[in-house]
Amino acid sequence: MSGLLTPFRQAVRRDLLLAARHKTEVITALFFFVIVVNLLPLGIGPDADLLRKIAPGALWIGALLATLLGLQRLFAPDHQDGTLEQMALSPQSFTLLIAGKIMAHWLVSGLPVVLIAPLLGVQFDLPARSLGILTLSLLLGTPILSLIGAVGAALTLGVRGSGVLLSLLILPLYIPALIFGAGAVEADLAGLGFEGHLSLLGALLLACTVFAPWVSTVALRVALE
Amino acid sequence: MSTSLINWFKFASPASFYPLAGRLIPWFAAATLLLAAAGLWVGLAVAPTDAQQGEGYRIIFVHVPASWMSMFIYCIMAFWSALGLSFNTRLSGMMTSALAPTGALFAFLSLWTGSLWGKPMWGAWWVWDARLTSQLILFFLYLGFIALQAAIDDPRRADKAGAILALVGVVNVPIIYFSVQWWNTLHQGASVSMTKAPSMAHTMLLGMLLMALAFWAYTITMALTRVRCIILERELTSEWVKKNAME
Repeated sequence: MSGLLTPFRQAVRRDLLLAARHKTEVITALFFFVIVVNLLPLGIGPDADLLRKIAPGALWIGALLATLLGLQRLFAPDHQDGTLEQMALSPQSFTLLIAGKIMAHWLVSGLPVVLIAPLLGVQFDLPARSLGILTLSLLLGTPILSLIGAVGAALTLGVRGSGVLLSLLILPLYIPALIFGAGAVEADLAGLGFEGHLSLLGALLLACTVFAPWVSTVALRVALE
Repeated sequence: MSTSLINWFKFASPASFYPLAGRLIPWFAAATLLLAAAGLWVGLAVAPTDAQQGEGYRIIFVHVPASWMSMFIYCIMAFWSALGLSFNTRLSGMMTSALAPTGALFAFLSLWTGSLWGKPMWGAWWVWDARLTSQLILFFLYLGFIALQAAIDDPRRADKAGAILALVGVVNVPIIYFSVQWWNTLHQGASVSMTKAPSMAHTMLLGMLLMALAFWAYTITMALTRVRCIILERELTSEWVKKNAME
């Protein structure tokens, strides 16, 4: 079992190490998230009732944008220096290596967002219960964003204007995650129960975990041809 | 190998498909004109005025067929994409990219006519109804597909990347539709139900079917015309183009 997952672990470790050597990139993406979320009250006004209402959506949209920011660098540097080609040629499972890279991307760009979300939720005057549900929904949802995003990053690898193109391709596909993620908090506030939303988010996560690394691999092989 | 299988693959080659498409186009173009004329006549002149919606309802003769086509075309694109990825046929990718602009056009037409219809009926140009929202997202998916193909210079890579995107999209369309529907019922926004369609007069149904067939014929005409252009563009250096197509 451990032998089977070795390429996955190696890829995660390598990308985490690279991220640790370029700390500013990680911190920039996180601050982008914080700033985007903080701009919304400035644009909308300090009405606490309204802010409490839009908080889940605001945090989720911030998370979507922050994920997009890091996605462009998911495969591009490795493509430029030829590492990606070596990975594709290596006897190790390419899909597992890519899954490892996606995991590392989530650890670097998704997990910090999840961890800082309760703090931002407090700014929006969310009650403690909603904060918990919001954090849980982001914990389940942000890996989905990284997984679907990887497919887009692979499709747009080395393409003209890939950054803008990536957002055009990926953002519509994020809609289910956004609806169920932000909806969980709203359903709870409306007294409808949040478990259904989180279950669907979990189902989405499982489906993406199975298919997204594989589809990314197929798309990367097309890009590397 | 049976003869039918050989015949089946004969037109998978751009060289033999090009003249076939050229022969088919006039027929489908004529069918488009006839069916659209008949459909518009039935829809605008023959069909009775709706008891509740007045004359404004007549926009459905364009709106409903356009919405159907925009969804069908995405499925057809996914079909060609799957075929292209599994059999590595060049023509499949060309068909997919030939269909995309027409699909985007119908998605836009459906949104536009929908909003024109919504203003007098619902009193708003736009409501966050599940169908409207998912149609808008479908339009975005078409735009994404076209943008991706336009951004990639190598046609073979553009075909394959587009095929993967179309397949990812077709898996996502139902998920998006149901999630949007649930989101809408949770929010209880504009309580508009288009599912409870009033029983339709036969002439109305006939007009809609004629228009749907006209849009089918139009789609085929446009796709074949566009695929001929794509074939010429890509095979410009090959012998058969110089010999046959450029005379």
